[in-house]
Amino acid sequence: MAALQIAGNTFNSRLFLGTGKFGSSMEMEAAVLASGTELVTVALKRLDLQQQDDTLQYLQHAHLQLLPNTSGARHAKEAILAAQLAREALQTNWLKLEIHPDPKYLLPDAVETLKATAALAKMGFIVLPYIHADPVLCKQLEDAGTAAVMPLGAPIGTNKGLRTLDFLEIIIAQSKVPVIVDAGIGAPSHAAHAMELGADAVLVNTAIATAQDPAKMAHAFKLAVEAGRSAFEATLPAVRDHAMASSPLTAFLDV
Amino acid sequence: MFYPVFQQYNWQEVADSIYAQTSEDVLRALQRPRRTLEDFKALVSPAAKPFLERMAVESRALTRQRFGKTIQLYVPLYLSNVCQNICTYCAFSMDNHIPRKTLTDAEILQEVQAIKAMGYEHVLLVTGEASHEVGVAYLQNAIRLIKPFFAHISLEVQPLQEDEYALLKAEGLHTVLMYQETYHEANYKQYHPKGRKSNFVYRLATPDRLGKAGIHKIGLGTLIGLEDWRTDAFFTALHLQYLEQTYWQTKYSVSFPRLRPIAQEQGHKTFSKYMNDAELVQLICAYRLLRDDLEISMSTREQERFRDHAVQLGITSMSAGSKTNPGGYAVAPQSLEQFEISDERSPAVIAAMIKAQGYEPVWKDWDQTLC
Repeated sequence: MAALQIAGNTFNSRLFLGTGKFGSSMEMEAAVLASGTELVTVALKRLDLQQQDDTLQYLQHAHLQLLPNTSGARHAKEAILAAQLAREALQTNWLKLEIHPDPKYLLPDAVETLKATAALAKMGFIVLPYIHADPVLCKQLEDAGTAAVMPLGAPIGTNKGLRTLDFLEIIIAQSKVPVIVDAGIGAPSHAAHAMELGADAVLVNTAIATAQDPAKMAHAFKLAVEAGRSAFEATLPAVRDHAMASSPLTAFLDV
Repeated sequence: MFYPVFQQYNWQEVADSIYAQTSEDVLRALQRPRRTLEDFKALVSPAAKPFLERMAVESRALTRQRFGKTIQLYVPLYLSNVCQNICTYCAFSMDNHIPRKTLTDAEILQEVQAIKAMGYEHVLLVTGEASHEVGVAYLQNAIRLIKPFFAHISLEVQPLQEDEYALLKAEGLHTVLMYQETYHEANYKQYHPKGRKSNFVYRLATPDRLGKAGIHKIGLGTLIGLEDWRTDAFFTALHLQYLEQTYWQTKYSVSFPRLRPIAQEQGHKTFSKYMNDAELVQLICAYRLLRDDLEISMSTREQERFRDHAVQLGITSMSAGSKTNPGGYAVAPQSLEQFEISDERSPAVIAAMIKAQGYEPVWKDWDQTLC
């Protein structure tokens, strides 16, 4: 399995994890370790930066890179402020940009996200924006200096799988930056499918955190992501609904 | 504005419709992927009683999927019990002759120290309604004072004007709770005979003003024990639906305060239209089945055993170690409370109780940098 490069960093695992919704920090840590992930998101709004934050203590592993997110931001302005705070507090210029003005479905705001990406990239951030599966927006984000794109498979937290399949395929086909399918992935089979399509990575939270046995589910996702990626690298044969006829129309030609 | 929407409904007709729901209606409501207000009627109706366990299982699953295995912890900070309203159910009522107190700056900071020592990051500021003593200027000053100490500030005070909310938002206010108490317009005046609070329509329009002012989160609710809780729940849900459609960038929460006995000059006052525990569980689950993203909070009004079980039933936030009197944490622990606390366990004990159920107590879930 080829390693993934984002902004000059190498990731041996193509599975990224969110750290919310777990029943305890211990449970979260066990799942993170079982998944083999090397990149985990942390919500800035959940971090207590004035004291020794509990969550961060459980994420202190040499192989783990932290990806602070701006969850809760409703506009570019708020997201940029949050990004600066996260950079200072966590000593990282990596950022998962989340701008969702609607608190019900948490759907990303394309206009504000593009604006914030351009500004943050200029400020030296490595921006990974959470977006709709919008191929045009992806190209605009590339121009704005994004490090990757994170299109959603389905509304966040729904476990519905790849509902935006047709658009993910277009995005993957034409992207110059890594494509990370983020949101909606509810089962290892969904993750495997995304990897088979040629997505560079997937980000999973709800499906693992709310499973009966999060660590075991995290391991299942690890296997699925590896299987899907290997299949993609091996090049899947084309899909047909019947075997090829053995007397083609062109047999009479003396070729 | 909500009032014209509200006027399209008649209290008695809604009540009759709820009480006429059948098992079939409840089953239909349970099987739907997205539920309407008609489904909600079935879920809060007496016909849903035999389905309570099923509702609870579904409520827990929906809550876990949306919020994970977490319970957010918050604490009320009573700034004043001075009040110019007469409310028949409240210890702060103007006609209840109790010692009145409004915290000074120094006292507020003393209380803050005590609250911070318990681990809190989310605080709810509470006052009575006294425009001279605890008006907007007082609140603005209080928020300014405490902002450095808290990640998240909520407010439960008298209704204000839109520009006043905008002013407080600029100071760092995140959430405002505005309970209608009851949506029974005809009877509202009985409970609120005197003071500004007796204006039903002005109070009803408060969430509209909050939405326009861009307040992040609005809390709705009624006092359980005044009127028929099922009908009040329907109107709260109607209000919620209207607000969600109108102010789509705002978050919403609900709370179900059951009236507790209050101290009065002659002994205690209790309330007749009491809701039993099974009914409160039904109400929590009905709201969760209606809206998977709705925040549902539970105060220390409820008793220990009930609160322990509520952790997994659909609630998302809880107070602990609360004092409902101004100065109750440090300044004047003996002063009179707004209502009697049932669950007097410390925040540390509550956090341990939450952890014991495999849930994470969350102390901080906002950041002042997010405005």
